[in-house]
Amino acid sequence: MTSARDEVLARLRAARDAGGSTPPEVPRTYRRTGSHAPGSAGAVDRLEETLTDYRATVHRVAGEDGVPAAIARVLADAGATTVVAPPGVPERWLAEATASVRSDDPPLSVADLDRVDAVVTGAAVAIADTGTFVLDALAPDQGRRAISLVPDHHVCVVRAAEVVSSVPEALARLDPDGPLTFVSGPSATSDIELDRVEGVHGPRRLDVVLVAGHEV
Amino acid sequence: MRIALVATCLGDAMFPQAPRATVELLERLGHEVVFPADQTCCGQMYVNTGYLDLALPLVRHHVDVFSGAADVVVAPSGSCVGCVRHQHAMVARRGGDEELARAAEDLAARTYELSELLVDVLGVTDVGAYYPHRVIYHPTCHSLRMLRVGDKPLRLLREVRGLTLTELPDAEVCCGFGGTFAVKNAETSTAMLADKMANVLSTHAEVCTAGDTSCLMHIGGGLSRLRSGVRTVHLAEILASTEQGVTA
Amino acid sequence: MTTTDRGRGAQRSRTVELGMPTVASDPHGHLRGREPFPVAAHRALADTQLRQNLGHATRTIRAKRAAVVGEVDDWEELRRAGECLKAGVMARLPELLEQLEASVTARGGVVHWARDAQEANRIVVDLVRATGADEVVKVKSMATQETGLNEALGEAGIAALETDLAELIVQLSDDTPSHFLVPAIHRNRSEIRDIFLREMPGVDPDLTDEPRRLAMAARAHLRRKFLSARVGISGVNFAVADSGTISVVESEGNGRMCLTLPDTLITVMGVEKIVPTWSDLEVFLQLLPRSSTGERMNPYTSTWSGVTPGDGPQAFHLVLLDNGRSNVLASPDGRQALHCIRCSACLNVCPVYERTGGHAYGSIYPGPIGAVLSPQLTGIDGPDDVNASLPYASSLCGACFDACPVRIDIPHLLVQQRAAAVAAHGRPTAQDLAMRAAAAAMATPGRFSLLERAMKLGRLFGRSGRIRSVPGPGAAAWFGARDMPPPPAETFREWWARRQERS
Repeated sequence: MTSARDEVLARLRAARDAGGSTPPEVPRTYRRTGSHAPGSAGAVDRLEETLTDYRATVHRVAGEDGVPAAIARVLADAGATTVVAPPGVPERWLAEATASVRSDDPPLSVADLDRVDAVVTGAAVAIADTGTFVLDALAPDQGRRAISLVPDHHVCVVRAAEVVSSVPEALARLDPDGPLTFVSGPSATSDIELDRVEGVHGPRRLDVVLVAGHEV
Repeated sequence: MRIALVATCLGDAMFPQAPRATVELLERLGHEVVFPADQTCCGQMYVNTGYLDLALPLVRHHVDVFSGAADVVVAPSGSCVGCVRHQHAMVARRGGDEELARAAEDLAARTYELSELLVDVLGVTDVGAYYPHRVIYHPTCHSLRMLRVGDKPLRLLREVRGLTLTELPDAEVCCGFGGTFAVKNAETSTAMLADKMANVLSTHAEVCTAGDTSCLMHIGGGLSRLRSGVRTVHLAEILASTEQGVTA
Repeated sequence: MTTTDRGRGAQRSRTVELGMPTVASDPHGHLRGREPFPVAAHRALADTQLRQNLGHATRTIRAKRAAVVGEVDDWEELRRAGECLKAGVMARLPELLEQLEASVTARGGVVHWARDAQEANRIVVDLVRATGADEVVKVKSMATQETGLNEALGEAGIAALETDLAELIVQLSDDTPSHFLVPAIHRNRSEIRDIFLREMPGVDPDLTDEPRRLAMAARAHLRRKFLSARVGISGVNFAVADSGTISVVESEGNGRMCLTLPDTLITVMGVEKIVPTWSDLEVFLQLLPRSSTGERMNPYTSTWSGVTPGDGPQAFHLVLLDNGRSNVLASPDGRQALHCIRCSACLNVCPVYERTGGHAYGSIYPGPIGAVLSPQLTGIDGPDDVNASLPYASSLCGACFDACPVRIDIPHLLVQQRAAAVAAHGRPTAQDLAMRAAAAAMATPGRFSLLERAMKLGRLFGRSGRIRSVPGPGAAAWFGARDMPPPPAETFREWWARRQERS
């Protein structure tokens, strides 16, 4: 008896040959670089606009030194009493936070994560055109996916150097070998009358600490 | 310029005022119009209902009749030109007639819908027309999305003296005609027509115009059934009108 | 009667009435309804609530899509790239699938192949049974709706819990999906509230119809299920052949939950959902969200390659589904229907879909793309096949092509499938005979002018100025809502001849 694999492949080969097997040239005339240079003030400004447009709250800080205070402030504003961070997040990011810090080493259970109020991560890359940041699960400051999913409040630190304008620029920087999560705003749904409302299963509150030299 | 006219089967048999106006308009602009008398139908209805085999002889006949008739060919119908331009060669190839397909492509490249002919080929937007009425323009799907005539009809209408052009809401939405669709899915077609008519009536226009007799037959058929008092008039008729009236 | 009045029993009968098979007894699964499109449309057109809901939802999404597409100045270039990438995939589909299989396997995944819906369901049921789980969480997937997986799991004693909000609404109300993106597009907020109050255990009895409150109710309902789920089931938006990467594009985070928390993940994909390389996603991740939800980017896109130690499911199964796709691939033009990325933009702009909704199409794939995909997947089985009516469910207005992010020439495919429907007539139908007679008259100029003269008899019907009815079945359909002018006293060719004589 032929296996399903062999039969499906045989059918597809016959069909492909019947329907044509010459791939067309793909016109790559679309823009592969964005309107702002990676890391530029223009890209960072646009990112702030697009993030805000989809209901993320953006906190601009002038340099790395401003990160601990900004994180402490957003956690306090949200009333977070516990926070988790992947092992690679710099310790000083959480140094000023009043919330107690839970370590994920050894990994917390899902039930434990569900009892944590907030999570702080870095990002692999952010896309200004779309208001997106990408988490790479293999990057030590972003961590395994469950960490940034189960707690209801996500604080993500994005540095100017991680900001690109366009989707093609972002994909070129990413390695698909590990799990990636593209995040554009807090969880939302358009399932009721095709209108967007925020806040379903993913974190309902999303704060982005944007580290860029020219604070406004 | 010597221009061969496709009167269209519907125009010839049911709505002769549209091809007549086309003749008068082009002659007024100083061109010679010829009407190859052997013409019948471009085959659009057969193609679009799935009878591509039945359309093949009609395509062959159309190509035979028009290929040598003139340098350019015009039809006062977006959908018939759409069929000539986008479907004739396909029908020929499907029927295994590559020679016909190439002849059809050659003819299609010289075949224009009226507003295309006027604006693109003859380079006029002011055709010297006079039409003292409040008018809305329905852009018909095939003119808009098959031929991409864009705003050419509107540019022609804006130059017509005495004419008040009013915007039709949701103008680019189909009126629901769709050839045999209006019969095979009559109820859905009627639901679409109802919305088109509601938009037409919301403008308080006297006249609804378009570049296709078939869509006008559909919209006009509905407006007449409602006793709405709004007339449907082909674009060619408006452009052919002068202060001396239509000489047809 | 509006749909809100109906009780649960009525909901069930409505499902049957709307022609969706409730059990996937057909090896093709849910690709065929039970009645032809015009019959189903007749009921939908009379449903005031449905018309209102669809009109509101499609108007909203059309405006959102137009705004975000307008922001992208290289949109047409992206569409062309998407079109050619997909055409290239079709030209190399068997090789790309073998490459995907190898790359997923190398990264710790297990690849399965399914000839049809039943085989895919059997594979999934066996995989779930092997884990010992009696409940699975599902992220919305067209492929598993197509195969009728939930019914198959149910028969095996496994509860399948839909976690996408709209899919949950459909599941709770024992309804069937009517849209790719928003399966409950036919429901408005107050109907959704009523469904939740009736069917959701432990729901707050003071639930209002505010969308945010409804979303919160869904969150509370599913939270515990997510956190304890052992098996997740998903579909695929794009599978990358060279890296073995699977991607799921979603909004709510239910996808992330299903893809991340369970021990076992089973993913079902139609064989066409493949792209050659990771960088090809740069085209589709721009085209899809803007066309689909009208957003610059959807809230969440997850990608993964096989199994990652220490993160997410440690068992990953990928089921590759043919189920008629090889039939479609064999047609040089028709295979364009396999380029579809399920964005639903063509549904949202279609004036027919807007008025009839998705249930009228019978198949799980509604709207313009469904009308050309379903009959190709199933083939048209004789003149009475309900799927033969789908290609005619369009006025050929062409709005679908303009909206399609990968430039599928849907109007052309509709014509092609109409030809397939005509070819499936065994004995000539009345329509065939009428068409043949008319075409014969048109093929020769002499007969055409004779026909024109005969038509003048029609003037007898229009002595009052307009014709309001004439005998004949096709005529009844026209004259139900439209008049016709009487044939003119002088045809154009007669006018022309008279004028030539005069000069």
